[in-house]
Amino acid sequence: MAEPLLDLRGVSRRFGGLLAVGGVSMNVREGSITALIGPNGAGKTTLFSLISGFLRPSEGEIYYDGRDVTGEPSHKLARRGIGRTFQIVQPFAGLTVRENIRVGAYLRHPRRDDAMAAAEKVAREVGLEPVLDAPADTLTVAGRKRLELAKALATEPKLLLLDEVLAGLNPSEIRDIIPVIRGLQRRGITVLMIEHVMQAVMSLAEQVFVLAEGRLIAEGTPEAVAADRAVIEAYLGHGAAVRLATVSS
Amino acid sequence: MKSFVPVALVIVALAVLPLFVQSNVVLNFLVVTLMLALAGQGWNILGGYGGQYSFGHAIFFGTGAYVTAILQVKYGVNAWLAFGCGMVAGAVVGTVVGWLAFRAGLRGSYFALVTLAFAEVLRIVASVAPITGAGVGTLVNLDMRFSAMQFQSRAVFYWLILSLVAAALIITWLIERSRFGAWLIAVRENEDAARALGVNALTVKLGAMVISGVVTAAAGCFYVQYFLFVDSHIAYGTWISVEALLTPIIGGAGTIFGPLVGALVVRALGEGALLITGHAPGLDLVVFGMVLIAVVWFSPSGIIGLRKTLLGKFRRPAAEVRRG
Repeated sequence: MAEPLLDLRGVSRRFGGLLAVGGVSMNVREGSITALIGPNGAGKTTLFSLISGFLRPSEGEIYYDGRDVTGEPSHKLARRGIGRTFQIVQPFAGLTVRENIRVGAYLRHPRRDDAMAAAEKVAREVGLEPVLDAPADTLTVAGRKRLELAKALATEPKLLLLDEVLAGLNPSEIRDIIPVIRGLQRRGITVLMIEHVMQAVMSLAEQVFVLAEGRLIAEGTPEAVAADRAVIEAYLGHGAAVRLATVSS
Repeated sequence: MKSFVPVALVIVALAVLPLFVQSNVVLNFLVVTLMLALAGQGWNILGGYGGQYSFGHAIFFGTGAYVTAILQVKYGVNAWLAFGCGMVAGAVVGTVVGWLAFRAGLRGSYFALVTLAFAEVLRIVASVAPITGAGVGTLVNLDMRFSAMQFQSRAVFYWLILSLVAAALIITWLIERSRFGAWLIAVRENEDAARALGVNALTVKLGAMVISGVVTAAAGCFYVQYFLFVDSHIAYGTWISVEALLTPIIGGAGTIFGPLVGALVVRALGEGALLITGHAPGLDLVVFGMVLIAVVWFSPSGIIGLRKTLLGKFRRPAAEVRRG
């Protein structure tokens, strides 16, 4: 089997006495779409912050592209090809959409004209072309989510961490954006996504990891995970799996 | 700003001004205004573009002034060379203070307070250290020669300060168009988002601090050549820290011409108030305060941003109707 693009080995993170992420080992295959799910407060976003260098792990190592990148700062990891979006969108509010995307494009294109062209290309790809010159703070929620995606894409990542890009969108907006995410995979970008919208997880992800209370409780295909006892109990409470089984039989 | 044309036009227009204005009073007014604009241009790079509000840009102004004065008086260094050394000293101070403050992760009001504290410490040290002339200050000998960077004609001083202001305008214009500038603005708008996009916030802020330091230090160096005297209150006093941040904020922080417009408006109003009231002490400060309140109230993006603010006021209701 080929070496995974991202490989976490026993990664933990403590905030004082609170263990936010405890001994998580998981890996993401190159070229895949992998989902990370779990109830609220499970530590998913913390795990993303660890992978993208915004936080340092208290224990464990993170390997990316065969190299130990534990504790490297976020800007360095971005240069290595790890892009991320934020759950709470973080636009550069005072700038236009074009300028927002260009900040990311400058990472690989130091010259102004090249960066401009790259930014416009990304905007076309995610469907932001009509609003290129609009100030970022005038965008709708769906527009902001697309902008969040566009900024990260403009850094030309190999591994893209998507933190709930579908949250807050209505069903038709979700339908619109799912092909965009699939398009990323076709372009050879490996995607690791945190998502609560199960319809999207089921249709997009090949591999699913389930986090609950900071620990990995299940992994596998979306179907296998959805039927997993521990997963059902994590979402619905202790004993729920048994009761569900009784009801359905 | 995309085009270089407005920058070139402003520089040329200012350069031909002494051909029409011979009054020493007016020229003196313009020289001091440009000097304050230069100090503000330095602040604008770090504060306006980078969003790092310094309350202590006197550290640069004063260091430039003292280095220029002391090198000439105590070590007999050529004035032009001393001037250059003063600017380099601004870069060194910017590196040290920036490294300490940004490494510690100080942002917003914490950064402002630390710069203020540095300026105060330097002011107190300068008022007792023998090398600065302590409480007496340092006097540069009158020597009206080109090699001593002293000129009989006010117009020559005017062109000297104008060339420095022009250089700062061009530097600002280049920053605006560069990757460094885009990253600097990104850090101002949202530091975490910038870091996620591969921006090394620490080096970007440090770079801005160094450029900012050089530009504001140049204003201090010029002060010494023009007035031939410096003491701890002039060099590191809060007056210059306030002037350096007031001119860009009133004119338009984060715009190329903000400090220049701000300095002209503030100084014209201040001088005008003094003239009308027969030099009532402190009245120019009252005017400064009123202008600042008016600007912050009506147009937080300064005089340059006034047009946009007004346009926005007319446009916004329409947008709301469409949404509802």
